[in-house]
Amino acid sequence: MADLDTFRAETRSWLEANCPPEMRTPMRSEDDACWGGRHFTFQSEAQKRWMTVMGEKGWTVPDWPAAYGGGGLSPAETKILREEMKAIGARNPLSSFGISMLGPALLKYGTEEQKKRFLPEIARGEIRWCQGYSEPGAGSDLAGLQTKAEDKGDHYLVNGQKVWTSYADKADWIFCLVRTSTESKHGGISFLLFDMESEGVSTKPILLISGYSPFCETFFDNVRVPKDQLVGEVNRGWDVAKYLLGHEREMISGMGLGSGSAKTLAQSLGEIDDAILAAEVALFDVDALAFAAMSEHFIDQLKAGEAHPAMPSMMKYAGTELNKKRHELIMAAGGSDALEWESERSRGGKAPREWLRTKANSIEGGTSEVQLGIVAKHILQLPGA
Amino acid sequence: MTLLTDDQRQLADMTRSFLAEEGTIKKQLRHWRDTGCKDGFGHGLWKQMAELGLTGLAIPEEEGGLGLGATEATLVMEEIGRNLTPSPFLTTALVAVEALKGTEQGKRWFPGIIAGETVAAIAVDEGPHHRPRAIALEAKRSGNGFSLSGTKQFVVHGASADVILVAARTAGSAGEAEGLTLFAVPRDAAGLEIENVTLADASKAARLTLSNVAIDADAVVGEVDHGFEPLRRAMRAGRTGAAAELVGVAAGASAMTLDYLKQRKQFGKLIGEFQVLQHRAAHLFGEIEIARAATLKAAELLDKGDERAGVMSHVAKAKAGRVSALAVQEGVQMHGGIGMTDEHDIGLYMKREKVLDALFGDVNYHARMVGMLTA
Repeated sequence: MADLDTFRAETRSWLEANCPPEMRTPMRSEDDACWGGRHFTFQSEAQKRWMTVMGEKGWTVPDWPAAYGGGGLSPAETKILREEMKAIGARNPLSSFGISMLGPALLKYGTEEQKKRFLPEIARGEIRWCQGYSEPGAGSDLAGLQTKAEDKGDHYLVNGQKVWTSYADKADWIFCLVRTSTESKHGGISFLLFDMESEGVSTKPILLISGYSPFCETFFDNVRVPKDQLVGEVNRGWDVAKYLLGHEREMISGMGLGSGSAKTLAQSLGEIDDAILAAEVALFDVDALAFAAMSEHFIDQLKAGEAHPAMPSMMKYAGTELNKKRHELIMAAGGSDALEWESERSRGGKAPREWLRTKANSIEGGTSEVQLGIVAKHILQLPGA
Repeated sequence: MTLLTDDQRQLADMTRSFLAEEGTIKKQLRHWRDTGCKDGFGHGLWKQMAELGLTGLAIPEEEGGLGLGATEATLVMEEIGRNLTPSPFLTTALVAVEALKGTEQGKRWFPGIIAGETVAAIAVDEGPHHRPRAIALEAKRSGNGFSLSGTKQFVVHGASADVILVAARTAGSAGEAEGLTLFAVPRDAAGLEIENVTLADASKAARLTLSNVAIDADAVVGEVDHGFEPLRRAMRAGRTGAAAELVGVAAGASAMTLDYLKQRKQFGKLIGEFQVLQHRAAHLFGEIEIARAATLKAAELLDKGDERAGVMSHVAKAKAGRVSALAVQEGVQMHGGIGMTDEHDIGLYMKREKVLDALFGDVNYHARMVGMLTA
């Protein structure tokens, strides 16, 4: 315990010395997130410095091994770091699909060479990643994907199209599912990493109902991918993909909590002068606080290795449905104020745009229906599921 | 940390196997219902629970009990719910014990509770809804003690109880928390009329009429005019325990339903193959997990003496009530016609859920409290 106390004291003073004051204020919107990468436009020197110092210390990924750019911290130390960051209101230094999705998959399935090559730059925020999973004909039915990678001896030749590639127009590299064999639906898929600047890659944004455009269509036209950028075994990419999706679902289910406390909701609603709405909000609070308890329990189960492998699906489903409900209530409470799409006081139409954005929660990362199917099959073991 | 300790897991396992053997629907609920037992539960089982230490689970060690907390209590309650086991565990071992802890009245009644010989009840509600602040039953000072007059209803095990904790008004007026006093009233007090009522789930809850019931001053639990505090503690224990029982009811009903989905054939298929039923079952699974986590969280906060325990116990009771209602409704619906028969057990879960939901405040009451406390 004495060691942990020392660690806490040292962490506190390091954060005090290194976290810029601007990075101790709450993020105003998604635009304040720091994504890093080759071409990222930092909003401020402070944002850049915060990402850099944390990355150099390995504290963007505190529990990864130090050999791969992580902090090498124990679970107890990681917890202390998070607590101390929270205590000073420190922002997340780096938002990254490399950290939340690819990293865990590389740690499990990558070769030693791949781990050494890719993980440290993920930790330092040098390369921004995007995900190439869905295709126009294969959304939640991911195994139906058609993008083809032909074995050309020293490289794969990739042709096809991906869709819903979040931030592909801003990403440096992509982790991508491709078909290397047509013999079986799940069995012929491989997991490839490649540079978005490779010849033959093009991408274009998809404008969404919220007016935002985080998603893109991405096209591959005779893209050459060196063979050492294959993760795991050829035709066994489905295992990597499933593992990574589990992490994605954990991450998405956590989003339901982002602004989750009932108090935050109440504050954003202001005065509620409608009895029916007040009742709905009270019932929502019950659900939100109960889900917060579940999330805490789920995270403890994960850490203890006691969580059922299909539990992230249950959490993703419940968390995202809850988040949609939250924004329906915010819209109801806001009345015509919440309808303003472009005006001074609406902060760029925050309320309606976020409301519309949440509708994707139960679609992206596998629809709610897909998650329920996974729970029915793997946890409840219902027949033919 | 929200995971159970090894000791807690052992307690849960022990209770689970004990009640799966001795507390079954056939041996207890149906037996006492169909033989018209006036208590609605078996004293033999209560005695067995005493032998396992369960009746004194929440009683402090220095007063002869196991000195365990709310978390352990929820583990036992969930198993009681799963088996629909009728027993005075909730009202006696949790609610009354919580109110009586550290009082002279506690010294008087705890040995009997630990031995599995004493049953206690609590009388709060005066109308069809749980409104503790609205208590109007009057306790006038009279000689050396008090004289109680008024009515109570939904006093669970009231007709079987050796002692009834009666919440009465010694000052102030209905709607105020101050001015309430809790009295330990012996069952044989003169002027106390007890009507034993059978509820929808075959459990018993009394209506009380008190006509100038003379009570000694030493029957006061805690302090005169400040009875809201022990009452609040007792109600927190009660609603957290009831929430856990509701989780058990939901889990029991859903397990029964899942079994049915895996064996019943219609249209040439197992009905569990139909996606519409799979999705509803999967949704319900998640809701039960969430309700259980909320209940354990409330218990954990109670055990830590954390001030958030108040709101979380309301969350737990409301969430468990909603989820359990969903579980029993889906249970009966998915069983189809057989689910409507008395012969099948699934309907017993539906009836128990309805009673438990109302006990110590229904979903609406607790959601309103959550809304007030988080505003």
